[in-house]
Amino acid sequence: MAEALLAADGLVKRFGGIAATDGLSLSVEEGELHAVIGPNGAGKTTLVAQLAGELMPTSGRIRFAGADVTRLGMAERARRGLARSFQITSICPDFTALDNVALAVQARSGHSFRFWRPARREESLRAPARAFLDAVGLAGRAAVPAGILAHGEQRQLELAMALATEPRLLLLDEPMAGMGPEESARMVALLGRLKRRCAILLVEHDMDAVFALADRVSVLVYGRCIATGAPDAIRADPAVRAAYLGEEVG
Amino acid sequence: MAELPAGAAQTARRSVIPRLAPARLALLLAALALLAVPILAQLLDQPFYLRFATRVLVMALAAISLDLILGYGGMVSFGHAAFLGIGAYVTGILAVHAANAEPLLLWPVVLPGSDNAFIVWPLAMAAAALAALVIGLVSLRSSGVHFIMITLAFAQMLYFFFIALQKYGGEDGLQMPARSRFGAFDLGDKRVFYYLVLALLMAALGFCHRLVRSRFGMVIRGCRQNERRMRALGFPTFRYRLCCFVIAGALAGLAGALLANSQDYVSPADMSWQRSGELIVMVVLGGMGTLLGPILGAAAYLLLELVLGGWTEHWAIIFGPLLILLVLFARRGLWGLVARPEAAGG
Repeated sequence: MAEALLAADGLVKRFGGIAATDGLSLSVEEGELHAVIGPNGAGKTTLVAQLAGELMPTSGRIRFAGADVTRLGMAERARRGLARSFQITSICPDFTALDNVALAVQARSGHSFRFWRPARREESLRAPARAFLDAVGLAGRAAVPAGILAHGEQRQLELAMALATEPRLLLLDEPMAGMGPEESARMVALLGRLKRRCAILLVEHDMDAVFALADRVSVLVYGRCIATGAPDAIRADPAVRAAYLGEEVG
Repeated sequence: MAELPAGAAQTARRSVIPRLAPARLALLLAALALLAVPILAQLLDQPFYLRFATRVLVMALAAISLDLILGYGGMVSFGHAAFLGIGAYVTGILAVHAANAEPLLLWPVVLPGSDNAFIVWPLAMAAAALAALVIGLVSLRSSGVHFIMITLAFAQMLYFFFIALQKYGGEDGLQMPARSRFGAFDLGDKRVFYYLVLALLMAALGFCHRLVRSRFGMVIRGCRQNERRMRALGFPTFRYRLCCFVIAGALAGLAGALLANSQDYVSPADMSWQRSGELIVMVVLGGMGTLLGPILGAAAYLLLELVLGGWTEHWAIIFGPLLILLVLFARRGLWGLVARPEAAGG
């Protein structure tokens, strides 16, 4: 079988004496939606930060798209096709929704040491940006400053920005966090539509969402991956039920 | 413009027509007033007005350059006067050497002085840009209070360096033997010099107007709002911010060259931390993240200094509370009071 798109191998991240990630191995195949679940404090966000290049692991390796990226920073990994959304909404609040996505389009269209042409009049940035806004259902909100969009809309906007960098892998850190049931349902439907555009690693609390969307699920407990498999297999796994699902599903 | 989506077309309509009409009128009047200053000064027989207006324009140029990094880039530099001072000293030192026909450097190459503006002013800009590159390389790795302190420390280092430079006047500063030569124009004529400064300020304004709206400008402004997000999108933000810092330094260097010419004198006080602070006040007073704001701020600050300073030497006692009130009640500064917020943000 060909090499996985993303492969983390023996990842360890210590903060002082505490190992937030403790010998974790995980892979994401081309085109799959791989969900990571785990109770609070399992190290999900630390894992995302290491995969995205924001935190350097204490030991272990990360390979992405056939190259070792363990020591590369966030910007370099983003340029290689690894996009992320943050657990806490991260946008440019003073720019309009369309500006935000246009910046993401700009990020993958060469360097930005261009000092003269007004970027807001470049159709090569604006047209794709509008298309991505449309894809996440925000076409009607293009001219609204991102800072005054509703919470759910901001999450959709983040997704549009991540998509606009045309990633090979999308890291989504709790995209449903803080959403009401209606907004969540819309986000699930949206992720379902986006599923085949690129590989997705979805870190999420919302079990319904995870089991509805994922091709494979990994369960994280105390910084380790205790099981990986198809959603049904995970649901049936006694170790998983004991460690985690018992509380919420059982 | 043919196929804007409904939302965008609507904003375009909202932002351009009702807002710009009064703002445009105000701008037109301001431009006419600026053009008329030398004539008025002549009519009223008040040469001081001309000198004062020239100083306003020079400081406005420095304030605009600071606003590029402060207002648009979110980098609170507390050492911007260093670049102003470097530009002024380069101009002054080269002028002294030219007047004395004494080479600046004999080895390894013979480097004569010069009073040719086409040589000296670009050199002033280059020297300030180089200083900005070095300072930026160190300071831009930090942020917040650390960034403020590091820029301040660098500026103070340069300040004391020039104070210690006895050959060029040390603490007393440096008398300019003559103003720079600018082609056929005689800059000794204060009216000619005024119009030249005005033209350069307008050119810088036009340049910055394009700059902040370009791809580069969008990246810089994005970094102010959310640098982490910009990096996550794949922008190597350090490079862009450094480049912006260097551009701002070069523009401040040009302001310094003009300052030296306008007061026929180079003073280390022009690169002191007080001057850096004044520049920040001008930007905040006028409106951060706008281009016309710093011009307004420079004019307002220098006017208040003049008027209040005429009443009492402790004029800052009155100015301080005024500034606090303005910051509390007009977040976007004086320009924000004149223009509506979105229009001012551009």
